[in-house]
Amino acid sequence: MKIHNFKWRNLYLWFVFIVLYAPIIFLIVYSFSKGDTMNNFHGFTWAHYQDLFADSRLIAIFLDTLLIALLSSILATIVGTLGALGISQTTRAITKNTLLSLNNILMVSPDVIIGASFLIFFTALKIPLGFGSVLLSHIAFSIPIVVLMVLPKVQEMSRSLLDAAADLGANSWQLLSQVTIPYIMPGILSGFFMALTYSLDDFAVTFFVTGNGFSTLSVEIYSRARQGINLEINALSGLMFLMALILVIGYYFINQYSSRHRHANTRGHRK
Amino acid sequence: MQRKQRLSRQIAYFIPYILWIGLFVIAPVVLLVYQSFFDINGHFTLSNYQTYFSSNTYLTMTLNSVWYAFLITFATLVISYPTAYVLNATKHPQLWLLLIIMPTWINLLLKAYAFIGIFSQAGIANQFLHFIGIAPQQILFTKFSFIFVAAYIQIPFMVLPIYNSINELNPSYVNASKDLGATSWQTFSKVIFPLTLPGVKAGVQAVFIPSLSLFMLTRLIGGNKVITLGTAIEEHFLTTMNWGMGSTIGVILIIAMVIIMSLTGGSKRRAKRGMTK
Amino acid sequence: MKKLLSIIVALFAVCGLLAFGANQLQSTSGSTGKKVLNLYTWGDYIDPSLLTKFQKQTGYHVNVETFDSNEAMFTKIKQGGTSYDLTVPSDYMIEKMKKANLLLPLDKKRLTGMANYDSRFMNLNFDKHNRYSVPYFWGTLGIIYNDKFVKPGSINHWNDLWQPQYRDKIMLIDSARDVMGFSLASMNKSMNTTNPATLLAARNKLNQLSPNVKAIVADEIKMYMIQNEAAIAVDWSGEASEMLDENKHLHYVVPSEGSNLWFDNLVIPKTAKHFDAIYAFLNFMSEPKNAAKNAEYIGYATPNKKAKALLPKAIRNDRQFYPDDQTIRHLQIYKDLAPAKVGLYNDRYLEFKLHH
Repeated sequence: MKIHNFKWRNLYLWFVFIVLYAPIIFLIVYSFSKGDTMNNFHGFTWAHYQDLFADSRLIAIFLDTLLIALLSSILATIVGTLGALGISQTTRAITKNTLLSLNNILMVSPDVIIGASFLIFFTALKIPLGFGSVLLSHIAFSIPIVVLMVLPKVQEMSRSLLDAAADLGANSWQLLSQVTIPYIMPGILSGFFMALTYSLDDFAVTFFVTGNGFSTLSVEIYSRARQGINLEINALSGLMFLMALILVIGYYFINQYSSRHRHANTRGHRK
Repeated sequence: MQRKQRLSRQIAYFIPYILWIGLFVIAPVVLLVYQSFFDINGHFTLSNYQTYFSSNTYLTMTLNSVWYAFLITFATLVISYPTAYVLNATKHPQLWLLLIIMPTWINLLLKAYAFIGIFSQAGIANQFLHFIGIAPQQILFTKFSFIFVAAYIQIPFMVLPIYNSINELNPSYVNASKDLGATSWQTFSKVIFPLTLPGVKAGVQAVFIPSLSLFMLTRLIGGNKVITLGTAIEEHFLTTMNWGMGSTIGVILIIAMVIIMSLTGGSKRRAKRGMTK
Repeated sequence: MKKLLSIIVALFAVCGLLAFGANQLQSTSGSTGKKVLNLYTWGDYIDPSLLTKFQKQTGYHVNVETFDSNEAMFTKIKQGGTSYDLTVPSDYMIEKMKKANLLLPLDKKRLTGMANYDSRFMNLNFDKHNRYSVPYFWGTLGIIYNDKFVKPGSINHWNDLWQPQYRDKIMLIDSARDVMGFSLASMNKSMNTTNPATLLAARNKLNQLSPNVKAIVADEIKMYMIQNEAAIAVDWSGEASEMLDENKHLHYVVPSEGSNLWFDNLVIPKTAKHFDAIYAFLNFMSEPKNAAKNAEYIGYATPNKKAKALLPKAIRNDRQFYPDDQTIRHLQIYKDLAPAKVGLYNDRYLEFKLHH
C-alpha cells in the first residue's frame, strides 16, 4: 500500500516537472535549428551560438541584467526581511494590516503604472536614468514578495523561543543572528529567489526607468520581438538555463555537504 | 527594560523598510490618486470615477478580471498544493524546489512564444492529439489555454510558500492524529491543511492579486478574447495616454487589494475556530 | 550566521565581477567614448552592418536604445533624463511631439541628401516643408491572406472580410486607430473622423465582424501567419513583407477604396546633444547605397527614390509594397487628434474587444 502510494506521488511530480519544463526544452531545441524562427525545425546548427558570442552588446546586456538581478535581490532581501521582522512585532492589528496593505500595493499595481510613476518620481528628484534608477526600482518592486515569503516563517516562530533565548541572556544581536535568522532562513531564501525571479522577468518597469544606454535582457527581447524572436535569444536562454542548472545543483551539493552540521545546530537551539 | 530594548530594535529594523514604503509606495500612490482626478484634457474632475462606475465596459471588465483571477488562482492552488506536499516527502526537497523556481528565470515573453509553438495548429499538443486519434483542436485563443498558461506562470509563486509551511509542519501532530485513529483524509483536512493555511494564504495573495491585472498573456495566448483591467490600464497609459483614467483603474485595483487582504486576513481566525469543532 | 555572511560576501564578489565584465565589453565596443550618437529607435529597425560602416567612416559610435511603441517613446523623451540624439516616430506622433515642443528644427544647410527623397513623401501635412523630419521608411495598412485557404484574388476590399465564409479565420492587429480605421474606410468615411456617431457606426460594424475574428494580437501575427495558423490578417505592410518572405502562400492587398499610409521619420528630439554626429548620420542614411542596404535588411519600403532604383527589380516593382500612384492617392495619413478624440477611438475599440 505504501509503496503503491509512493509511486503515484512520483508520477505526479514527474508530470508537473514535464509541464514546467516543456516550453523551456522547446526553446532550447529551437536554438539549434537552422531556420530563423520557431516555426519548423530545419536541421542542426551551432550558428546561433556563434552569433551570440560575437554579439558583445548582447553579452554586455546579459551581464548587466545578472548584476542588477543579484544586487537588487540581495538588497531587497535584507530590507524585506527586516521589514517582515518589524511587521511581526507590531502589536496592533490595524498597524499590521495597514503595513501589509502598503506592502502589497506594488504587487497589485500593474507594471506600467509602477514604471510610469517611478519615471516621474526619478525625474522629479533629478536622479539620472540608467543603472542606478533601474537598480532602485528593482529593489523597490522585489521587497513586497520578500516580505510575503518571510512573514509566515516569522509568525510561526514561537514567542517562547525568543523569550527563552532572551532569558538565557542573549542580547538582541545574538537573538537575531543565532535564533531568528537560522529559523526563518528558508523563508529568506525563498524571498531571495523570488526577488531574483521578479528582477530577471521585469520588462515594463525597467523600460520606463532606464536610459543613457543602459538596458536589460527583457527590454532587449521585447524590442527585438517586433521582428519575431531571434534564435540568438533562444541560444542565450539555453546557456542561461544551463548555467542556472549547474549553479543550482552545485549549490545543492555544497548545501548538503554542510547540512548535517546545520541540522545538528538548529536541533540544539530548539532544545 | 527588555520591552524598551525590543522597541528600539523594532525601530531599527523598520528604518529601511519604512523608507522604502514612504518613497516607493506612498509617493507613487499619492501621485496615482492625484492623477486620477484629472481628465484627458488636464482638468480637475471626478469624471474618471463616474465613468468607471457608470460604464458597462469597465464593470464587465472588472467582473471578468475577478473571475479569471479566481480561476487562475484556483487552478494554480489545485496543482501546487499536492506538488508542495509531494515535494516535502522527497529525499532532496530543497533541490526539487529550486528546480521548480528555475523555469521562471526564462523570460516570460520567450515562454509565451514557446507555448504558442506548442499549442498552435501544427504544434506538439495537436500532433499528440492526432497521434492518439483526435482531430486537431483550436487550443490557442481559448479560455482554457489562457488559464493554463497563466497558471503555469504562477505555479512557483504558489508552491514556494505552501512548501515552506508544510515543511514547518510538526510531524508529531500528524502522528498524533494517526494514533488517535484518524483516516488519512481526516488527518489531511483537520490537521495538515489548517496548519498549512498561512502558506496557502501567502500563495493566494501572491497569485490572485497580480492575476487581476494580467495583460500580456491576454493578448499573446488569449488573443484578446479575455479582457482584464490590465488590458485597459495598458491602453490608457500607452495608447490613449489618458493617464487619468489609467490611474483611476489603478486606484480601484489597490482598493480591491486592500479589501482582499482584510478578507484573507480574517480567514485565519475562522479556520482556527473550525479546527476546534 | 557566519555562513550567511560569507554567502552575501560571495554574491557581492560575483556582482563585482559582472560589473567589471560588462564594463570591459562596453569599453571595447567604444560606447563610453566621446564621439557618440544616441539613437532611440524601434527594435531591430536598422541594419547593424550600417552602424559599423558609419563608425568606420566618421568615427562616431552609435548607441542604439529601443522602444516598442510611439507613446512609450513620447513619455520617455518628454520626461527627459537621457540625451537621445535621434528618434524615429511615426507621422501622427511627429505632429504630437511638435505640438509638445519636443522637437528641434533641422538645419537644412547641413543636410546634403534631401534631394534623394521622393517628392511624394516630402512636405506632408504632419511636417510641412520637412522642418523637423527626414523620411526613413513608409508603408500601408492592408490585408494578408493565405492562398491555401482563400482563393487568390477573392479579397480586394475591406468589406470582403465580413463574408460569413471567413468565420473564425481573421486575425487583427491590436491597434485602436487601425482597426477602427479600416472599419471607417470600409464605410467610405475618413480614417481621421472625430464624429461620435460615425465612430459608433464603425464600432457596430466591427461587432458584426466578431464571429470572423479569431484573435486580436500584435507582433505575433507574423509568426501565426507564417505557421498557417490563420487564413487572413489585417496588418502593416512592413510586417507583411516579412511574412511573405517566409511563407510563399501569403499575399498582401491594399484595398483600393482606401487605407492608411504611414511614415516613420527621423527627428531630433529636444534631448539631443551631439549635433555633428546627428547630421553626419542623417547624411549617411540618405546616401542611396546605405538606404538601399537598410531597406533590403528591414524589408520596408524606402522613401529614398535613388535608393529604390538600386534595389533588385523584384522588390522595386512589387506592387504590393510599392503601390501605384492611383492607390496611393486613396491612402490617408493619420492625423494627431486631440486627446479626447483619441479617447473616443479607444473607448469604441475597447467595446468591440469586449463584445468579441
